[in-house]
Amino acid sequence: MTLREFGRPETGPLDTQAIRKDFEILSRTVRDERPMVYLDSGATSQKPRRVLDAEREFYERHNAAVHRGAHQLAEEATDAYEAARETIARFIGASAGEVVFTKNATEAINLVAYAMSNAATADDGLRRFQVGPGDEIVVTEMEHHANLVPWQQLCQRTGATLRWFPVTGEGRLDLSDLDDLVNERTRLVAFTHQSNVLGTVNPVAPIVARAREVGALVLLDACQSVPHMPVDVAELDVDFLAFSGHKMLGPNGIGVLWARRELLEAMPPFITGGSMIGVVHMEYSTWAEPPQRFEAGVPMAPQAVGLAAACDYLSEVGMDRVAEHEHRLTAYALERVGAVEGVRIVGPTEAVDRGGAVSFVVDGIHPHDLGQVLDDRGVEVRVGHHCAWPLHRKLGIPATTRASFYLYNTLEDVDALVSAIQDAQRFFGTRP
Amino acid sequence: MQLDAMYQEIILDHYRNPHHKGLRDPHNAEAHHINPTCGDEVTLRVALAPADRAALDEEAIVEDVSYEGMGCSISQASTSVLTDLLIGRTVAEGMRTLEAFTELMQSKGQGEPDEDVLEDAVAFAGVSKYPARVKCALLGWMAWKDAVAKSLEKEGAR
Repeated sequence: MTLREFGRPETGPLDTQAIRKDFEILSRTVRDERPMVYLDSGATSQKPRRVLDAEREFYERHNAAVHRGAHQLAEEATDAYEAARETIARFIGASAGEVVFTKNATEAINLVAYAMSNAATADDGLRRFQVGPGDEIVVTEMEHHANLVPWQQLCQRTGATLRWFPVTGEGRLDLSDLDDLVNERTRLVAFTHQSNVLGTVNPVAPIVARAREVGALVLLDACQSVPHMPVDVAELDVDFLAFSGHKMLGPNGIGVLWARRELLEAMPPFITGGSMIGVVHMEYSTWAEPPQRFEAGVPMAPQAVGLAAACDYLSEVGMDRVAEHEHRLTAYALERVGAVEGVRIVGPTEAVDRGGAVSFVVDGIHPHDLGQVLDDRGVEVRVGHHCAWPLHRKLGIPATTRASFYLYNTLEDVDALVSAIQDAQRFFGTRP
Repeated sequence: MQLDAMYQEIILDHYRNPHHKGLRDPHNAEAHHINPTCGDEVTLRVALAPADRAALDEEAIVEDVSYEGMGCSISQASTSVLTDLLIGRTVAEGMRTLEAFTELMQSKGQGEPDEDVLEDAVAFAGVSKYPARVKCALLGWMAWKDAVAKSLEKEGAR
């Protein structure tokens, strides 16, 4: 597909049929030759040919270990890697020196948690990263385990206290105790931009404003927002932002930590080793400037190049249009799935401040069993607790079924989901 | 449609009307098992009676298996079938049944189950074609193995 076929960026609805042609996998069949309806992009997205080509071209034309060696291939590989960093930074309104590549978003969050851990034994120059007894870290009840467990662990290692925003019955953050929860003892507030279960888009501004008042750092888990809506780090005004490549049409094995430059410059490293050093003696070492300080070892250059290609692809479509397209799908799914007798949507039932992850429970059918019937009909969804076990416990449900959308999904995909749910109800005899 | 091969009527019957469900006393030991990928859980108790009125060993009789659980039809039905199969048997017989069931579950749909040993549990043969569901079928069985091991450790030959 060319830019012309998309129409001008940020105008008009998406030509989904043209987009789908870029994703080879979407034309395959599953289980007894059924057309595949992929509704699990919240777990991982499919990749357009252009991303695969970019990775292949790197390997075929420029492959070398980046930031090492002086031969031509090493130069080309390093240029490609650093150009990818610029593209990805531009995609979120940042500058390249603030973008650190990690293995995935989980590692990006751990990088911050461990930098804070490592700061604990450093001098007072690193006071703002230090946490200990009497200090507090605030998360929310709707966090993915990736943005909960690292903070639990940091608190356990340092003696700090973990606190959290509760979630309302409707699946929104309860900010009524904001001023109490985020207080002078708070060192960091870590929360998700968009819930991977509820679809809820959280209000960033009031939380950031309160954190600023008390001098706390703010980390935003943007795994479900950067792929699906325009995100500008300057506008969000947070300190750290983490997201993964594979959920935004990019390759597996690459994630991004964005942080304000002055924070990266002050932070101690997490993983140490080659290429993150200044000088190395037998007795001690010094660190490279960021972002290299946080990228020990030979980095994932082919994946960075692939992720940059994914950013270009999304930019050409226009993130506003991607968001609008998913909004239509979400509103349609909430209406149609919610209207099936015996089905209850888990999360906001209106498509307001809400992204395209639609979780639900079906009376009398365990999500595992539901997922099995859906899979038999070619409808690929996620079942379980979606790495948000405490949230499910809070809502009093052991597991949910989740459909999640992306730019290549259609209204017909939602129809297929609804009809497969009804098939499951007939199969298990919970509906005449 | 392959679904019918997986959700045999026996399985759905056990799911809708589970046998021996509920936690009972007396019991020698209890085990709580969780499937971390989906959150399904089972708490299972065993009551054993020594064969020779001495210490508990492999020849002890499984007097009762009681359980509470939360999960999909496969995990709940397989635990229900387990209670039918193992209550009244010796621990050694139970372990052999467990082995046969585990082997069937790992057969990727190629197993030829021995109906004399597995009885209703042969209905789970279809589940072995779906790797993601094998853990569901084994959840209660692993809890049983664990609870028996705890019982023997606690009250076995000293």
